[in-house]
Amino acid sequence: MKFGIMVNEGPYTHEASDTAYHFTKAALEAGHEIFRVFFYHDGVNNATRYTVPPQDDRNIQVRWSELAEKHNLDLVVCIAAAQRRGILDENEAKRQGKDGDNIAPGFRISGLGQLIEAGIQCDRLVVFGD
Amino acid sequence: MSDVKKFLYVNRKAPYGTIYALESLEVVLIGAAFEQDVALAFLDDGVYQLTKDQNTDGIEMKNFSPTYSALGDYDIRKIYVEKESLEERGLTIDDLQHLTYEDEDDDWAEKDSIQVVTAKELAEIMDQSDVILSF
Repeated sequence: MKFGIMVNEGPYTHEASDTAYHFTKAALEAGHEIFRVFFYHDGVNNATRYTVPPQDDRNIQVRWSELAEKHNLDLVVCIAAAQRRGILDENEAKRQGKDGDNIAPGFRISGLGQLIEAGIQCDRLVVFGD
Repeated sequence: MSDVKKFLYVNRKAPYGTIYALESLEVVLIGAAFEQDVALAFLDDGVYQLTKDQNTDGIEMKNFSPTYSALGDYDIRKIYVEKESLEERGLTIDDLQHLTYEDEDDDWAEKDSIQVVTAKELAEIMDQSDVILSF
């Protein structure tokens, strides 16, 4: 089955990103296709490479990046939600006159159309949020 | 599967206090360009999103409620409001904005977009939807 995944909450405060990760990983291991993972609302905060959780805790951001590299996942961060919350890639940082970017490997910034497209293309769009 | 899917945007949260309502509306407006079969549902505190005469001066936030009246221009004609949620909050349809669309199949007659439905009817609407985005 072809799945789209939507993550609507940030890391650590809320378990939505953990659950989405475990669902995505399990779906891939069961042979399903993950068309795209779309990060919205505070979910965009999963995409900053500057998170430094305690060493005995899981690193939610690194875990997504590693899963993306292993399975060639498309991790998309909503640009409007990202701009509100200070998630920037190199191009956006330049365009907005900011002194640095913070997007983690494997993530890309794009528009809400990517979410709608996932809804249209996938057999199931699964939303993880509050 | 046909190219057009039934999208249902489920709005459950108050308009202010969290950003879900505002960012949900942003998805709806972008999604309208994709020519899908779109419906919106408002339940729980989400029914407050459609109340009229909102004034956000005191909280220094943008009052985005006028945007709902533009939904008809985006060809969004199906706005379901859950009856039980209204009643639990002492609201009636008269407390909500009067949202309309123009029906091109009926000489552009102005028609009501809002339908008050029971929880049971809303469950059926959800069951018949292909893609449900919950906010």
